[in-house]
Amino acid sequence: MPLVSIRDVRKSFGALEVLKGVSLEVEKGDVVAIIGRSGSGKSTLLRCINGLEAYQSGAILADGIEVGGLHANLRELRRHVGMVFQQFNLFPHLTVAGNVMLAQTVVNKTPKKEAREIAAEVLAKVGLSEKMDAWPSQLSGGQQQRVAIARSLAMRPKVLLCDEITSALDPELVNEVLRVVEQLAKEGMTLILVTHEMRFARDVGTKLVFMHHGRVHEQGAPKEVFAAPKTPELQQFVGSVA
Amino acid sequence: MLKFSFWDILSNLLIATEWTIILSLIAFFCGGIVGLILLFMRTSGVKPLEWFTKSYIEFFQGTPLLMQLFLFFFGIALFGVEVSPWMAATLALTLWTSAFLTEIWRGCVESIPKGQWEASATLALTYIEQMRYVILPQAARIAIAPTVGFSVQVVKGTALASIIGFVELTKAGTMLNNATFRPFLVYSLVAAIYFCLCFPLSWFAKKLEGRLNAAR
Amino acid sequence: MLYKLEFGDLLPYWDVLLQGLVFTIVLTVVSTVAGIAVGTAGASARTFGPAWLGRVVVVYVELIRNTPFIVQLFFIFFGLPAAGVTLSETTAAFIAMVINLGAYSTEIIRAGIQAIPKGHIEAGVSLAMSKWEVLRHIVLNQAFRKIYPALSSQIIIVMLGSSVVSQISAQDLTYAANFVASRNFRNFEVYLLAALAYLLLAMLTRSLLRGLGRIIFKAE
Repeated sequence: MPLVSIRDVRKSFGALEVLKGVSLEVEKGDVVAIIGRSGSGKSTLLRCINGLEAYQSGAILADGIEVGGLHANLRELRRHVGMVFQQFNLFPHLTVAGNVMLAQTVVNKTPKKEAREIAAEVLAKVGLSEKMDAWPSQLSGGQQQRVAIARSLAMRPKVLLCDEITSALDPELVNEVLRVVEQLAKEGMTLILVTHEMRFARDVGTKLVFMHHGRVHEQGAPKEVFAAPKTPELQQFVGSVA
Repeated sequence: MLKFSFWDILSNLLIATEWTIILSLIAFFCGGIVGLILLFMRTSGVKPLEWFTKSYIEFFQGTPLLMQLFLFFFGIALFGVEVSPWMAATLALTLWTSAFLTEIWRGCVESIPKGQWEASATLALTYIEQMRYVILPQAARIAIAPTVGFSVQVVKGTALASIIGFVELTKAGTMLNNATFRPFLVYSLVAAIYFCLCFPLSWFAKKLEGRLNAAR
Repeated sequence: MLYKLEFGDLLPYWDVLLQGLVFTIVLTVVSTVAGIAVGTAGASARTFGPAWLGRVVVVYVELIRNTPFIVQLFFIFFGLPAAGVTLSETTAAFIAMVINLGAYSTEIIRAGIQAIPKGHIEAGVSLAMSKWEVLRHIVLNQAFRKIYPALSSQIIIVMLGSSVVSQISAQDLTYAANFVASRNFRNFEVYLLAALAYLLLAMLTRSLLRGLGRIIFKAE
């Protein structure tokens, strides 16, 4: 059974239909890179997967849980589906460790001491062991984003959603974040990324999805799709970003 | 007729001031607790709860406090319960305070960026947990100055309890005026005492606001 | 025991209540206009006037903002005659209202003036405008646009606060309600009706001011 399966999902904001029947399967260990122009519906699709946006028809199953289902299920779902945002969204009133420990202690009821050990472990993974007791405002954008990744990892998610996580960063800070994500991919983490980093999508991704006007326009193995895009829209898109 | 010296008047007023302070404290703290409950309801996203809180706030902000005092004073009596001015005043002032505090705090909650809600939702926190651990700690920082500022309105609001017969500073002033026929002196002193209660609060609120703006 | 509400007993007094309502409306309108005039003068004096005048304005604003309206009212109506100034209850009510709103609007307008970038004033001066022209066309114009919502809320607060003038027997809506209650003993009914009338008045005032604001500040 696929880890995430999306079947014919439709979503409108008022009169504007942003998802016009999207279907997608994500297997365990997949690294899915979703690309496309702004307004193509790629971020909305990602936000539907963990219930941040409601969809009107179709079905999304993540880790066996129907996302559009009952409210009680959403909490269970979100324990297993992590998300990292473009704007980091660290909690400014908590330290780095506090950010990473919050959901563990509140949601999973992990004891403080153990939660701190897990925090140390995931922060080491993103290379920020020495920043445990720093405040978010003292960190660079790249460091903040790596803390946000660690915050999600601490929940031991089965899949991690990344919504343009390098778009708000200064160019010189992009790589430190991408390296962390690449490492996660190597360790077998299932990832769904909305991204503008074409080279990253090609080199790290196991599956490429090109969205256009609210539909999956073309998909396949990244290297093949990039080497020989079938549709004129993707050809044009690849041409414009290369 | 009894002869009242300046010091007699002042000491009588100061004794009554105690009740102004007690009434203010009760209204402010009980109003704060009710206000917090209403705040959760108001921002819950549950339509009937939101609708209820909205009407509640509309009523208490849209009618004179004096009318509210009258309604509680005469309304509770309709149920056959003996109502003291004290009871009507604490109840009316508490609910009146809660409506204003809810509205002030709602503004603070809404000024917290949407990303904070989304990030905490993504971490599987429930609405109550989001408020408790993520939103309120941040909103509280912004809320302190206007909340202290509103406490001035509460102190001044207690003066209306005099109209339904509760003896606090203003009522004591009226009684002393009737006994001494020195209205200029009596009401000057009453005003001066209120000023001494309220001005430090106003000043402190302004100080807090300035500090917050500087920190931004 | 269940009490049965009898609103029918209020009917014979509809004209008394209506007169009270009209008084409250007139009181609000007049004190709004005069109060904002006082506030504009106060804020201008505080920001651009000589230092001594600014200090006088500060004392006025703080005295009013930190004492209850009812005490201000009693001081004017009961206290001032002792100092040789005797006022009718209606005059005292109007004066107290203007003084009260004047202080609050001084503070609100001042905040609006302070929010205007210094460069705008300098630009005006460099266009050969006089001090008064700069004040009227550049400073106050922009300030009012900014503080209009805050001023609107304050007008409603003052309107609701005006119910206190009944305590010196100025014949407003609350006075009328008291009068009716003393005649037919339907206290709860009459105060409920009056409260709803105030509520309606507050909502009406709010949308009226919003509409007015749209007309006045439409050039944007």
